[in-house]
Amino acid sequence: MSETPAPPPRSRLALWLPLVLFAGLFALFVHGLLRPADTNVVSAFVGNPLPAFDLPAATPARPGLATAAFRTGKPKLLNIFASWCVPCAAEAPQLDTLARAGVEIDGVAIHDRPDDLARFLATNGNPYAAIGRDDMRKVQLAIGSSGVPETFVIDGHGVIRYQHIGDIRPDDVPMLLDRLKSAGVQ
Amino acid sequence: MRAVILALLVLFAPLPLLAQENAPPAPYAYRQLPDPDQEARAKALMVTLRCVMCQSQSIADSDAPIAGDMRSEVRTRIARGEDPEAIRQWLIARYGDYVTYTPQVKPITWPLFAAPLVFLGLAGVLLRGRFVRARTAERAEDRA
Repeated sequence: MSETPAPPPRSRLALWLPLVLFAGLFALFVHGLLRPADTNVVSAFVGNPLPAFDLPAATPARPGLATAAFRTGKPKLLNIFASWCVPCAAEAPQLDTLARAGVEIDGVAIHDRPDDLARFLATNGNPYAAIGRDDMRKVQLAIGSSGVPETFVIDGHGVIRYQHIGDIRPDDVPMLLDRLKSAGVQ
Repeated sequence: MRAVILALLVLFAPLPLLAQENAPPAPYAYRQLPDPDQEARAKALMVTLRCVMCQSQSIADSDAPIAGDMRSEVRTRIARGEDPEAIRQWLIARYGDYVTYTPQVKPITWPLFAAPLVFLGLAGVLLRGRFVRARTAERAEDRA
């Protein structure tokens, strides 16, 4: 049997390229699988003054909410919530802690009915100074909030300083107090 | 028979409504604008805006409550005579580029727009090289 002639020498790069490509893609996919994408939509509106709004009262127990309420010189929390939202009930004790620490909390109730809201507040407590009724998410869309609950730190001039997405956990409370304090200094 | 169907309707109709929210949706969430031109403009914009809740559907496709409110916001603004691109920019100012499916020309997206031109230029250079080589080979054959 005669020996076949040796094939022409191919460049080393062409030989190793597929393996290098495979290793690169493999690393990329493993990285993607181990660290799933963050699905929170962060507001791009932080740092801007609150847009003008004037919401009617969501419950007879509290007044409605207008932009003017945030120009008192004192930083406040703006809590976007709803009685039908389960994590909103979960964060109620933390809002209560914040209110007892002297923080003024104003609420915006999304797609809510007065009787549902009254029941929610009776069950979970009412830490709000005012609750505006937002049946069309006008205010929520205007500040770049994409769900409930979300909590915004507003400084004394009505400028949005910080956005907290999701329910406030007990270990978020000191962080929010810090944010409020630094919003008050500015 | 008719009574049974009616009873079933009454029984099942409110189910999707009760799923999340009791309050009625925004006025233009599930209703088109009376003016067909305006509705067409609103629709063209809505299919290019991303629902911020469900995240892989446009607000025109999505049944998420917030998508309904975004549709109502878009339709109300179109009815008021606002420019669709101005509405897109209003949303981008609040939700970032994430909210639009139409890529915006920005420093970070310029390769996206430049790539087709670069590839076309590259193809032109390669083809020219090939044609020139073919022609010289032809001439060499003629001479032989």
